[in-house]
Amino acid sequence: MTAPVLTVEKLVKRFPAGRSGLFVNAVNSVDLSIAPGETLGMVGESGSGKSTIGRAILRLTEPTEGKITFDGRDITRIPDREIRPLRRDMQMVFQDPWSALNPRMRIGDLIAETMKLHLDLSKTERENRTVRLAERVHLRPEYLRRYSSDLSGGQLQRVCIARAIATNPKLIVLDEPTSSLDLSVRAEILDLLAEIREQSRAAMLFISHDLGTVRLISDRIVVLYLGAVVETAPGEALFADPAHPYSQSLLSAHLPADPEAKLSRHLLVGEIPSPINLPSGCTFHTRCPVAIGACRNEVPGAERIGDAEHYANCLRIAEGGNRIKPTEAA
Amino acid sequence: MSLLEVENLRTHFISRDIDNQIRVAEALNDVSFTLEAGKVLGFVGETGAGKSLTAQSICGLLRPPAKVICGRVTFDGHDLTAMPADDLNALRGAEIAMVVQNPRTSLDPLTRIVDQLVRIHQAHAGGPLAASRTRAMEMMEAVGIPDPKNRANAWPHELSGGMAQRVLIAMALMNNPKLLIADEPTTGLDVTVQAQILDLLKHLTERFGMAMIIITHDLGIVAHYSDEIAVMFAGTIVEAGPVSEVFEAPGHPYTRSLIAATPERLKVGGGAKLGGQPPDLYNLPSGCALRTRCVFASDVCATPPPRTRVGPDHDVNCHFAGDLPS
Ligand SMILES: Nc1ncnc2c1ncn2[C@@H]1O[C@H](COP(=O)(O)OP(=O)(O)O)[C@@H](O)[C@H]1O
Ligand SMILES: Nc1ncnc2c1ncn2[C@@H]1O[C@H](COP(=O)(O)OP(=O)(O)O)[C@@H](O)[C@H]1O
Ligand SMILES: [Mg+2]
Ligand SMILES: [Mg+2]
Repeated sequence: MTAPVLTVEKLVKRFPAGRSGLFVNAVNSVDLSIAPGETLGMVGESGSGKSTIGRAILRLTEPTEGKITFDGRDITRIPDREIRPLRRDMQMVFQDPWSALNPRMRIGDLIAETMKLHLDLSKTERENRTVRLAERVHLRPEYLRRYSSDLSGGQLQRVCIARAIATNPKLIVLDEPTSSLDLSVRAEILDLLAEIREQSRAAMLFISHDLGTVRLISDRIVVLYLGAVVETAPGEALFADPAHPYSQSLLSAHLPADPEAKLSRHLLVGEIPSPINLPSGCTFHTRCPVAIGACRNEVPGAERIGDAEHYANCLRIAEGGNRIKPTEAA
Repeated sequence: MSLLEVENLRTHFISRDIDNQIRVAEALNDVSFTLEAGKVLGFVGETGAGKSLTAQSICGLLRPPAKVICGRVTFDGHDLTAMPADDLNALRGAEIAMVVQNPRTSLDPLTRIVDQLVRIHQAHAGGPLAASRTRAMEMMEAVGIPDPKNRANAWPHELSGGMAQRVLIAMALMNNPKLLIADEPTTGLDVTVQAQILDLLKHLTERFGMAMIIITHDLGIVAHYSDEIAVMFAGTIVEAGPVSEVFEAPGHPYTRSLIAATPERLKVGGGAKLGGQPPDLYNLPSGCALRTRCVFASDVCATPPPRTRVGPDHDVNCHFAGDLPS
C-alpha cells in the first residue's frame, strides 16, 4: 500500500470556555488517514468538531495534542512561516464563497493570486494558466474581468475551487463546500469536484453535515460524534450496514427524496450533551438505546467489522448487541 | 369548499430607481392552489422562487415595497384579500398560525417562554389568565418539551435550537389553528433534531386536524411529510399534485431537474444538469420563465404556458406537458 498523504493521530483540540477555567472539548483523540487520490468524507452534526479537525489539518488552528503528518512530514508544530509554503500542497475550499473572496479584486486576479504566492511563473504564464483554470471549472472567460458581486454563489464557489487547484495540491480540505447552494447548483459543483479529482488525483477531505452529499463524493466516510470518530467505512458499507448505534440513528433520520422509500426510525432522545462536560466512557452512552453499564466507564476502541475497511467504536459490537431495533414511522 | 383557495395571486415589489423611474420586480405571478382541511401541502423550489412570499401574501404580512397586485385568497369561506386589517390580524395567530426558520430570532428575548405562550392566547382567545397558563402547559407537553413545569420559566436564550423550535410550534398551536404554515421549520437544525420536529408536526396535524403548508427546499421532507406538492419557479407554481404522482412522473422540466439533482438520483459526473441562474424578476422573459435554461424550449415557450392536467389532480404548466420524452 502506498503511504497516506495525510495521517492524523490522537488529535485533541480544546478551547477555553470563556473565563470559566473550563474547556470546550472540540476534538477528542481523533485518528484518521487519507491515501493519495482518495476522498474521505466526514459527517457529523453541528458542533461535532468537523471544522476544527479541518482547520487543525490546515494548521489554521493549533492542535492541543496529537500528531498530524502530511506528505511524510510532521506538521503538528511547524512555525507560522512554514505554514504558508505548505498551502501550495494543501489547499482549502469553505462553505461561504462570498466571504472567502476579496470583493475588490477581479476574479482573474483572485485566481492568479494563489499562483503568485506559490509558483514561480512569468506574468504571461500566469495569465494563460488563469484562463485554463477558468475553463477547468467551467467559468466563462468574460467573468475573469468581473468582480465577485457580479457572480452567483455557484459561480463564486467555482472561483474558490479554481484557486484551490491552481497549485496542483496533494490534498484539498473542503468544509461544507455545497451547503449554502441550491440543489441544482450543488449538483453542478459535485460534478465539478468529481471531474477535478479524476484529472488531478488530488486527495480530498470532504466535510459536510449532509449524509446524501457525502455519500455521493466519498470513497470512505468517517462519522463523528462529540469530537470523536465513532465509525469509519467505505461509503456503501456505511449506508448498507451502519454498525455504531449513533450512525444507525443518523442514517435513520435521513429523508431520501423518494416517497416510496420506507423510513425505519429509531430517533434519538434528547440532544447532544455539552462538549464542556463530556460524558464518561463512550460519550454516546447518555443517548444510546443499547448502552450497557460498561459503556459508562470504558472508552471503546475501533472494532473491525467484516473484512472491508470498516471500523466502529462500540463496546457492544463483539457480542452483536449494537443493533437498534427500528420502529416504523411516517 | 376547500379550506384555502388561492387564485391568480400576483405580488410585486414596486420601487423607484435613482432616476426616479418605476421598477417592478414580478416576484409572484399567478399563483393558484387549493388546500383541503387536514391536508399537508409541501412547497418546494430554489431560493428566491417565492415560497416565503406566497405565505406572507396569504397572511397579509407583506411590507412595502411588496404589494399584492391582484388575486384572491379565500380561507374557510372568508375573502382575506378584502378583509379589514384588524380582522386579518385577529385571524392570524388564531385560525392561521405560522412557524418560521430561525426560531430563536422569532422569540421575544425579554419574556419567559410561558408568558409568551400566555400572551398569544390572551390576545386572541382572551378569558381567565389561569386558563391560558393551563393551555400553555398542555401545549408545551404536546410538543414534547421535557419537564414543562420547569422549562416554562426559561428565557429564550437558554433553549437549544430544537427546543426553541418546539416552543414556537407550541405558540402556533395555542389558539387551535385550522392552518399551520411552517416556513423552513427545520432548516439549520441537525438531522436527528429535524426528524424529531417533522415527526412532531405530522403528529400534531393528525391529532388536531390541522392543515399544514410546509415550505422547504428539501425534497426529502416533502416526499415523506406531505400529501401534495407544489413546485415553484420564478414566482409561479410550475407543477402541483399528489406527492407520489409527482415524484413518480414529474411532468415539468424544472421538477425533473430538481428531482434528478437530489442525492438519491444524482449521478455525479453523469447527465446534463439544469445550468444557469435564476431569472431576473425585474426583467422576466415573456412566456415560460424557464425557457432560457430549458433543453426542451422552442418558440412557443415565449407565450404563457397553459396549465395542463396530466394525471389525477396533477397539473403542469408547460407547453409540452405530457409530450416530453420520459
Ligand atoms: N474558536 C473557538 N472557541 C471556542 N469554541 C470553539 C471554537 N471553535 C469551535 N468551537 C467549539 O468546538 C466544537 C466543535 O466545533 P466545530 O469544529 O465548528 O464543529 P462542526 O464543524 O462539526 O459544526 C463546538 O462545540 C464549537 O462551539
Ligand atoms: N424588497 C424587495 N425588492 C425586490 N425583490 C425582492 C424584495 N424582497 C424580496 N424580493 C424577491 O422576492 C423573491 C421571492 O422571495 P422569497 O419568497 O423569500 O423566496 P423563497 O422563500 O422561495 O426563497 C426573491 O427573488 C427576492 O429576491
Ligand atoms: Mg463546521
Ligand atoms: Mg424563504
